[in-house]
Amino acid sequence: MASLKDLRMRINSVKNTRKITQAMKMVAAAKLRRAQAQAEAARPYAERMEAILASLGAAVAATPGAPQMLVGTGADRVHLLVVVTADRGLAGGFNTNVGRLARARIRALEAEGKVVKILTVGRKGASYLKREFASRFAGEISFMGKKRIEFSDAESVAVRVTEMLEAGEFDVCSLVYNRFQNVISQIPTEQRLIPAPLPEGQAAAATGPQALYDYEPDEEAILASLLPRNLAIQIYRAVLESTAGFYGSQMTAMDNATRNAGDMINRLTLNYNRTRQANITRELIEIISGAEAL
Amino acid sequence: MATFLLELVSPEKLLLSRQVEMATIPAAEGEMGVLPGHSPMIVTLRGGVIRVRENGAETERLFVGGGFAEVSPERVTVLADEATPLANLSRADAERRIAEAEAALKEVSPTDAEARRDAALERVLAARAMLDAAQAA
Repeated sequence: MASLKDLRMRINSVKNTRKITQAMKMVAAAKLRRAQAQAEAARPYAERMEAILASLGAAVAATPGAPQMLVGTGADRVHLLVVVTADRGLAGGFNTNVGRLARARIRALEAEGKVVKILTVGRKGASYLKREFASRFAGEISFMGKKRIEFSDAESVAVRVTEMLEAGEFDVCSLVYNRFQNVISQIPTEQRLIPAPLPEGQAAAATGPQALYDYEPDEEAILASLLPRNLAIQIYRAVLESTAGFYGSQMTAMDNATRNAGDMINRLTLNYNRTRQANITRELIEIISGAEAL
Repeated sequence: MATFLLELVSPEKLLLSRQVEMATIPAAEGEMGVLPGHSPMIVTLRGGVIRVRENGAETERLFVGGGFAEVSPERVTVLADEATPLANLSRADAERRIAEAEAALKEVSPTDAEARRDAALERVLAARAMLDAAQAA
């Protein structure tokens, strides 16, 4: 049986832990709100971009000289996975879930005989996947230490992907990230980037007359500058959603930790009081039996 | 007077969404004044200033660093890479950006892809336009 002093120390240390997890929960809640607002603010641009791309892409995709970023290289051999995770842990299963999805995808692709390359955004994903797939790494990017992720940060990732595409280093590119559903649930998702998926454009083209646009300078020039931006905005959106999801996940995890610490304190306090009581009783028995013996 | 819906969005936020009478857009091939009922167009933008007219007066001037605009008879959507109200521009910022862009342009070798050279040149021009706009404000 632990002594009273040991128990007291345990209780105090768990109380300190609870203070920390509670503070972290509060911080995560505040940051979550900010991250959510930022993700919200990026949405209009992404939506308008999608609309323009859909109307433009459907027209150009069928022509033979269509840009690679839209239609891909035509091959399907080398896959690039861009894995977006957080830079920090202490967020429940947040990073592990993405890592697990990425790992399952890599395994599946390699089982089909394809070559896989990995580009990670965020430290945690890199360390998770490195253990097993270090030889497939094409690079890792981290926004560690940045208070706020700017569009230019996402653009730098997009530039990296574009350079690899131009150098012919991959045929298909997908993004693996945590989609933000709500504060308590983030869904690990895979989204194709290159070739650009155009389901809406084809549907719109099929449904009938669309406004006939004039293009200035011309379709190809517009598309050539639109596609890299689209890539950047998709990555930006994924990173923002992942950030919001991270804080949501961290908040939930810290909430659970705070509750667990509370339970533990209750259990330990009960134990402490019982022990104290037992000690008193024992002392009483000793005194009484000592007095009786006289 | 007739109006149309002008929306100005940057990746970081929705800056403007309201009914206006006229907007002047710095299209890649020259300034373009848009009135209600304009024929549908998609244009690329260069660095320059968007001017907005409402109720017979110029109400907003914003610097955009490039992007796209989709024009249709009843609405105009501007997708700007970045957009700042003219009043918030600073000359020092603009000058720094010119210096950076020019340095980047020097680094681009003539053997690089044409698209890359164009992009670097465009960045310099956008930065210069930013300085002009800052001085005009």
